[in-house]
Amino acid sequence: MADVLDYNKPSAAQWVTATRLLASAVAATAGAVMLFVAWWFFSLNALQFFLLVLALAFVALLPLSRKVSVAYARYTVLILVGCVMLMPFAWLAAAAFKDKDVLNEYMFLPPITKWSSETLNNENFVELFKPKPTLQGEVSFWRYVSNSLFLASAGTFLNLFFSSLGGYALAKYRFRGRGAVMTFMLASLTIPGVVLLAPNYELIYHLGWMDSYKSLLIPGAVSVFGIFLFRQAIIGVPDDIIEAGRIDGCGEFRIYLQLVMPLVRPMSGAFCLVAFLGAWNSFLGPNIFLQSQDKLPLPVVLNMYVGQYQQQYGVFLAGTLLAILPPAVLFFALQKEFISGLTTGAVKG
Amino acid sequence: MFFLYPVLYATVLAFYQTNGPHSREYVGIDNFLFVLRDPDFHTALKNTIVYAIFSVFLQLPLSLGLALLLNARNDRLKGFFRLAVFSPHLVGSIFVGVLFGVLFAPRLGLFNRGLQMLSGWGLEQEWLGNPALVMPALIIASLWMYVGFNMIYFLAALQNVDVSLVEAARIDGAGPLQVFWNVTLPQIKPVATFVVVTSTIGSFNLFELPYALLRGSAGPNNAGLTVVFYLYNNAFEAGDLGTGAAVGWLLTAIVLVISLAQIRLSGTGRDQ
Repeated sequence: MADVLDYNKPSAAQWVTATRLLASAVAATAGAVMLFVAWWFFSLNALQFFLLVLALAFVALLPLSRKVSVAYARYTVLILVGCVMLMPFAWLAAAAFKDKDVLNEYMFLPPITKWSSETLNNENFVELFKPKPTLQGEVSFWRYVSNSLFLASAGTFLNLFFSSLGGYALAKYRFRGRGAVMTFMLASLTIPGVVLLAPNYELIYHLGWMDSYKSLLIPGAVSVFGIFLFRQAIIGVPDDIIEAGRIDGCGEFRIYLQLVMPLVRPMSGAFCLVAFLGAWNSFLGPNIFLQSQDKLPLPVVLNMYVGQYQQQYGVFLAGTLLAILPPAVLFFALQKEFISGLTTGAVKG
Repeated sequence: MFFLYPVLYATVLAFYQTNGPHSREYVGIDNFLFVLRDPDFHTALKNTIVYAIFSVFLQLPLSLGLALLLNARNDRLKGFFRLAVFSPHLVGSIFVGVLFGVLFAPRLGLFNRGLQMLSGWGLEQEWLGNPALVMPALIIASLWMYVGFNMIYFLAALQNVDVSLVEAARIDGAGPLQVFWNVTLPQIKPVATFVVVTSTIGSFNLFELPYALLRGSAGPNNAGLTVVFYLYNNAFEAGDLGTGAAVGWLLTAIVLVISLAQIRLSGTGRDQ
């Protein structure tokens, strides 16, 4: 009768589970005691208490299941980091609507009992959109928005066109000195862009392009980085397609436009986003080359609100909130292409 | 190949002007000597190097760590989180600079208040007025700005890692650290090298962030002066383009040497 299974006796697996439960309970109790002691002696605030609870929950979960506790830690860390990253945005959105007298009085929004037109209003935006007298007459905020939109989209378009054309040539045409051109380009990728700033200034001054959009658009029409990225992407396009196009009597430019470009669309999407971001947010070039107030783009204009002559942080923050919108919209629209296209150059490079 | 012509032309022209801009007299290497002897340049170079070291050795491991945490398949969290960490990159550095200038305000700034709540220290710190704290402030602001951007690169690389190799290593009894070091890392090496090199170049290009953060000044004791900031002050505030070009070429030389060393050390690029 000894070899009959005794169901009243716990099996080995049950023992393990019981031990784990016990360990977890001990950890949880110890954690609770520690929490109480810490709260009692160090007078923790709500935030510290909350973080401590999160950490102790991990310790309590650990003996139960490794998998669950690792997943828990992963989610907790990711969510906390995500919140911290978004915090300045939340602050920005709240600050844009706060009256300038209470901008720094409350951390985010004032408590709901104090909501009134004296604490929360749209005065920052009203001030921002008010046309202001300049040497070029009255200039409204919309003027700067359209300047920025024009500069960024024209710049993106030119850059996309010339960089992809250059990349196509380097990827698919054989000509003397191609290797030398590639080496030269790779080397110049390491040259910081600002190095060319001083000589470019001289050049643009002598060409008479100061205070004209040409000074920003023409030197920016082609980027070595862009040519390089497009070369990497276009190399993957099969030669057969191009040959087939040629046999069917397709012109060289049509091959580029209608056969090659659609095939590198993810790459183009990523490149457009990067180029647009760079042009939309660029400050140094416009600040140096443009002088007339009515030609300035947003970053330069908004920067003036917190410059030497005025300190209107509320207006600046309202403007910043608006200036983030176009790139954000573009990012949402191009997100898929962006993620896949961005690394094409890097992975193969 | 007339597209490359402007690139070549700009470079050739830049080289010419280094030796003497044509509106000015030829000064030979005096520009270089002046810059190399200028204590402000030494400060700028030191600050830039400190910043570059932090951005490579602090920011990139954090980016990689986040990418590793996020690198699970079929994850709903991924979309939200990717957006959350990437969104700072949509904001221009001028805006980030001014914004953080407000967040770092003593007593009132969000950062100081948050730090006070977390650690009980930091409410009264004048981040932008204390020479010792300017660089940390700069690093924190740039961390917020770029950590997500670099994470996107690492994440994309991690998703191309061959899962069967990782599985095989696990079955052979390799721990998580060993798997990461011996299996994952070699596979993401091209991207990692790319990210290290581009963020080093980016660090040496740092200008707009301190310019906006410190409201156009170089901060107390020039604590926020970077090489490009120095170039800007000399070339466009003081109007000496020749010195600016000299600084530019010195910077290029430094960056070129560092990038080549990084590429050589990593062992990638041999197949180029």
